[in-house]
Amino acid sequence: MTKWIQQVGPDNDIIISSRIRLARNVEQFPFPIALTKGKSKEVFKVVSHAILEGNNPFRNDFDLITLEEISQMERQVLVEKHLISPNLATNYEKGAVLLNKDESVSIMINEEDHIRIQCLLPGFQLDEAFKVANKMDDVIEEEVKYAFDEKLGYLTSCPTNVGTGIRASVMVHLPALRMTGYINRILQAASQIGLAVRGIYGEGTEFIGNLFQISNQLTLGRNEKDIIGNLKDVTRQIIQKERDARSTLLSNNGMQLEDQIYRSFGILCNARILSSQECMKLLSNVRLGIDTGILKEIHMDNINEIMVMTQSAYLQEIAGKPLSSNERDIRRGSLVREKLGNNNICE
Amino acid sequence: MLCEKCNKRPATVHLTKILNDQKTELHLCEQCAKQNEQISFDTSFSINNFLTSILDSIQDSPIKVDYVKATKCDHCGMTYGKFKQLGRLGCSKCYHAFEEKLNTLVKRIQGNESHIGKIPKRAGGSLRIKNEIKELKLKLNEAVKKEAYEEAVILRDKIKDLENHLKEEF
Repeated sequence: MTKWIQQVGPDNDIIISSRIRLARNVEQFPFPIALTKGKSKEVFKVVSHAILEGNNPFRNDFDLITLEEISQMERQVLVEKHLISPNLATNYEKGAVLLNKDESVSIMINEEDHIRIQCLLPGFQLDEAFKVANKMDDVIEEEVKYAFDEKLGYLTSCPTNVGTGIRASVMVHLPALRMTGYINRILQAASQIGLAVRGIYGEGTEFIGNLFQISNQLTLGRNEKDIIGNLKDVTRQIIQKERDARSTLLSNNGMQLEDQIYRSFGILCNARILSSQECMKLLSNVRLGIDTGILKEIHMDNINEIMVMTQSAYLQEIAGKPLSSNERDIRRGSLVREKLGNNNICE
Repeated sequence: MLCEKCNKRPATVHLTKILNDQKTELHLCEQCAKQNEQISFDTSFSINNFLTSILDSIQDSPIKVDYVKATKCDHCGMTYGKFKQLGRLGCSKCYHAFEEKLNTLVKRIQGNESHIGKIPKRAGGSLRIKNEIKELKLKLNEAVKKEAYEEAVILRDKIKDLENHLKEEF
């Protein structure tokens, strides 16, 4: 099962996951936007051959999933687990993904670029994620000749990715900075030094559950190590600021905070109808409760799991059928009660 | 200009959308824009729109019309006009076909124009060797400065080998 959801990593009180993505293209083919369906199958073949048949230690670890051959719901579940992009799920006709067993590596085929190698790990592990993604890159490159230019580096479909083709990002939970109002200042500062801050399920869902995704914007003119180093330094500072804000809240408004956390927990344990927005908001409070030691009975991996399982496609997949929005809210409520109830933590 | 939706507040968000050669414009105030799905959910287009607007500003020269019409990538058939519309290139050769405009664009969005990151072994063969020679030459200079002549000889021979290797390739 998905590593970032089921395991906890370093600094997981604030950093939920770390991700590295490398964009690459196969030299002889047009980019996916100009690729015919027939040609896109050839790209599948070339890329999957390098991973599945090549002489590498991972070949038995990966499966090729052709997106056209799975249901719309299954594709959406892959998006909710952050294993493929919403863009690839929409343009599924030409797309595929190579996924390893613990779902820490996904290699998207024919997204905006032919190849997007993604490594997603729990907690603050950017270097480790890069090591894995870089290794996969080397393995593919043994068989595939990449589109590469001496001056511009790796050539990508969009000029915003040219150069290293790297996008490094962390998913962070910043409830205390949000509550104390410091968040805007930090987000502004981050964007001034070339980092982008977004919501985690696309811009429409911005800042739901106090979750943010911070990533590098520039890909050319600096090497991979510096790009990751810059993100790491800033993230470390944000971690420190969030921890400071949490302890300030605890010492000055401890009772209010405790009340808010227990109320949220109470609703999650009892609600019959839960919208996704409300659910994420309450889960954010409970997550903060666990991190600050106020709630001792629940484990963080439990919360990550609920966070993903209560997304709309996942609910529909469990139900085995499409659900209306109202039906989803009811199922979401009962799933959360069940998940928390199973561990006897609601009593 | 007033917001097209509420007609009360001034319009501060301007959306231009080009779909099948049809251009539509939308002028909204911030509040109405937040409720407008076209704006808040059109995320993949926002970057492309953004790129297009940069290209427009670069293109402020008298030759712009000719350039847009004439330039086409021989390899994939992507026209410059189409690229402007999509914000995405058709193939790796487009970088060469639209070089003149693209270089300025890349420099503007990346703040830089030369790659200094990873070099693939296959595609970047000669470049890897060139970089290695550069590094060895620096080391050679250091060695000479330190009067470490034995080390310098080894480095010099290595550089010669690599240079010969480069010559053989071409």
